[in-house]
Amino acid sequence: MGNAKLWGLKKSPWVFHVAAAPCNNCDIEILDILTPRWDVERFGIVLVGSPRHADALLVTGVLNRKNLPRVLEVYRQTPKPCLVIAIGACACHPNIFQPSYNVIGPYDKYIPVDVYIPGCPPKPEAIILGVVKALQRL
Amino acid sequence: MRRVVPIGPYHPLQEEPEFFKLIVEGEKVVDLEINIGYNHRGHEFISPTLTWDQVPFLVERICGICSDSHPYAYVLAVEDCAHVTPPPRSQYIRTIIGELERIHSHYLWLGLAGHFIGYNTVWMWVWRYREPLLDLFELIMGNRNHYAINKIGGARRDIRKEDFPKIEKYLDLLEEKNAMFTKAILDDPVIRARLEDVGVLSKEDAIAYAVTGPTARGSGYAIDVRKDDPYDAYDKVDWNEIVFEEGDVLAKAKVRLLECDESIKIVRQCLKNMPEGSIETRVDEIPPGEGIGRHEAPRGEVFHYVRSNGSNMPVRHKVRAPSFMNIASNVVAVRGYSIADAALVLASVDPCYCCTERTFVYQSGKKKYSGQDLLKLSWEKTEKLKRRYKK
Repeated sequence: MGNAKLWGLKKSPWVFHVAAAPCNNCDIEILDILTPRWDVERFGIVLVGSPRHADALLVTGVLNRKNLPRVLEVYRQTPKPCLVIAIGACACHPNIFQPSYNVIGPYDKYIPVDVYIPGCPPKPEAIILGVVKALQRL
Repeated sequence: MRRVVPIGPYHPLQEEPEFFKLIVEGEKVVDLEINIGYNHRGHEFISPTLTWDQVPFLVERICGICSDSHPYAYVLAVEDCAHVTPPPRSQYIRTIIGELERIHSHYLWLGLAGHFIGYNTVWMWVWRYREPLLDLFELIMGNRNHYAINKIGGARRDIRKEDFPKIEKYLDLLEEKNAMFTKAILDDPVIRARLEDVGVLSKEDAIAYAVTGPTARGSGYAIDVRKDDPYDAYDKVDWNEIVFEEGDVLAKAKVRLLECDESIKIVRQCLKNMPEGSIETRVDEIPPGEGIGRHEAPRGEVFHYVRSNGSNMPVRHKVRAPSFMNIASNVVAVRGYSIADAALVLASVDPCYCCTERTFVYQSGKKKYSGQDLLKLSWEKTEKLKRRYKK
């Protein structure tokens, strides 16, 4: 069963976008890769409206005290096995937001992260490469 | 019977976390509760831990879409505090980037608005022509977003002579396509039916909720920092303020589309008249004092306040973003329309929650304050104090 799901994941991953506390840029770049120049829908990558339909979570932004429980809930609702792809420098490490009282650290402290795509924001090419690498890892 | 339709915080509609409670009677929205704060990162707290020159990189990350506006307003505030005038060439460079950013932001909104009403073609087409603009940013400043062009006392990078034709070429393309979009959107009967007379914000409400930017200008309230309090090169170029009286979503869309034309005009004039010379005045220290900076971001007025005690870090840095006021006006704009229109109306102010989450407003109970109510409360308090001091 696990293998079948992994095989299914590889073919056309449906993604759900979780923006914890982003600056919008990574989110816009994620939408950007759906638009004509990159058009990842060619490969069956679709942005879906519910984590229950998703094979992969695209997480962006830093985690803060208010949204951590919501992000954990979204992760709980995603059928396992699922991929977690951290997009942007903030998702990999709090970086510039380290001193803040409300920011509580990177994602991998709370949920397992499969791929890190650093950059502020990462270029669409980098995001696509990261997803490809995540799929190759399966 | 009243029911609550929750939207968010992780809703596919908008890419940022925000939480709306639509209170509905049948299909009709009767009230709206806004709950934000999912995005609070504490910029104003971090800012005093950084040096003056590091802060632009932080405030740039307040919002990725207006990533020129926040550093712009901050730099203007610090220059106000230090009494520095940047060299003319840098002023023109900043103005050009500010206007190019406006085009990119308005296109982004237009695409998303198309997506919200189920016209994905609009989304795809508009974003397709937004792409070359991001290439242009990469060419000039080395990054598609987060440009880091603003620096205290000038601009961080020069626009090279050989890049001018490329910018001109893109502007030509954009002018043609903008005319196409304007015509397509205004002529399409379905889009008109969805946008016209939906989410009407009257001029009185616009003033009472202190909205700014295209939201105010779509409601017949002519307010634009570039005209009212010109800075940098804005008083050296010729352009028109776009104002529409209707206050509905169509008016806001028209304001944004026609503003793109004005931005093209401004950039063209700046490129033509750009003076030669250095791009930066050296600023050695910021004297004790305070300064304010205002910039007309794509969404409205961005206001930054800094206070200095003569050290290498700001003591206080206050940010007020346009969406902070604009989002509150949703409460009146959405009332009386159907749930199907709500998504569009909520998005019509071009909300940016990343910008907004500087301050928390705590509403207790059902009481909501408009500008007039607050004034009244303020007057009452003065009266009370007067009576107390008389005794």
